[in-house]
Amino acid sequence: MVVEKPLTETVWAWLDAVPDPEIPVISLVDLGIIRDVSWQDDTLEVTVTPTYSGCPATRIINLDIETALRDQGIEKLRLKTQLSPAWTTDWLTARGRERLESYGIAPPQPAGGPAHCPQCKSGNVERISQYGSTPCKAQWRCCDCLEPFDYFKCI
Amino acid sequence: MSDPLFEFLCRMGDNTLVLGHRVSEWCGTAPVLEEDIALANTALDLIGQTTLWLNLAGEVEGRGRDADALAFRRDVWDFRNLFLVEQPNGDFGQTMMRQFLFDSWHRLYLTGLTESSDARISAIAEKSLKEVSYHLDRATDTVIGLGDGTEESHARMQAALDRLWPFVGEMFAGDAVDAALARQGTAPDPAKLRSGFDEQVGKVLAEATLVRPDSDFAHKGGKTGTRHSEHLGHMLAQMQWLQRAYPDATW
Repeated sequence: MVVEKPLTETVWAWLDAVPDPEIPVISLVDLGIIRDVSWQDDTLEVTVTPTYSGCPATRIINLDIETALRDQGIEKLRLKTQLSPAWTTDWLTARGRERLESYGIAPPQPAGGPAHCPQCKSGNVERISQYGSTPCKAQWRCCDCLEPFDYFKCI
Repeated sequence: MSDPLFEFLCRMGDNTLVLGHRVSEWCGTAPVLEEDIALANTALDLIGQTTLWLNLAGEVEGRGRDADALAFRRDVWDFRNLFLVEQPNGDFGQTMMRQFLFDSWHRLYLTGLTESSDARISAIAEKSLKEVSYHLDRATDTVIGLGDGTEESHARMQAALDRLWPFVGEMFAGDAVDAALARQGTAPDPAKLRSGFDEQVGKVLAEATLVRPDSDFAHKGGKTGTRHSEHLGHMLAQMQWLQRAYPDATW
């Protein structure tokens, strides 16, 4: 039971501890899908934007947000889905990009392909497929160390 | 005529639903693993867009139907999708040609819809457009690669184009629903998108060494619901059987 309403900054910090269900090295805040946290009277409203319209992780993400905030004692909670402005990989945090790379997923680049292999850092890479194991990723391969790797699509 | 806005939303959602289901039929049987994953992801995007369109259709209709009710509990004559998207997959080339023709239209139409006077529609269009532009990039590469490929792949792509071209005209044929929406600034007049389509598709076909068929004869009736080809009923039987056999089942 929460006696006082927690500051929105505190709520942001809680949400920053919730991992992405598909790529657990980054948080939902790193992913850039939490667009707003605000109090509407005594109800906490969290605005979430989907990454891809058919991404199966979206439901899990909403469930994880709800569970995390209930665990912190939030009782009145509303999740709002916001489609516009549409999610863009520009909203990934710098920390999120670093974590993706150290996890072996090349972060998105405006040029449309990975800057280098996340393993050996060689720039000699080639695309295998425009799609990958989740809607947000494509398959690439390093032509030097020969490792295939995921690339986080830039949208 | 029923409410033009509801009709329009069903058209959008039924196009993505029927094509999404068709494309998902490749899951597990595509020529190579990468294509299998690409097709499944394309289908997933389309089904996601369907949820957005049909939920809004249900909201506008105000009779308590959501996307699931509209997708799984309407009969074939209530579907408003284009003839093109219900056509069977054929071989991989035919599937990708259908995708290319649809994506080319879809991207233009969604671009117009981002300017819709209805904020709910422009938001869905903005979201979908990113995904559809990606689909179109891939379909374009594939059409060029296979069209300007081997003798066999070229012949198959030309055959696919010849077979599917009579379904292109319907995408640009306006009716009273389109006219009503264009007047309100809700949606663009599809006829005005034809020249942009012809130009863009013409460039890709040239690069793919494929020849655009001479005749612009067009089958019509899918999007107005006047008639569908026999293929749609068979597809729906497969898609809807569970929800029809066990209404309101949960697990």
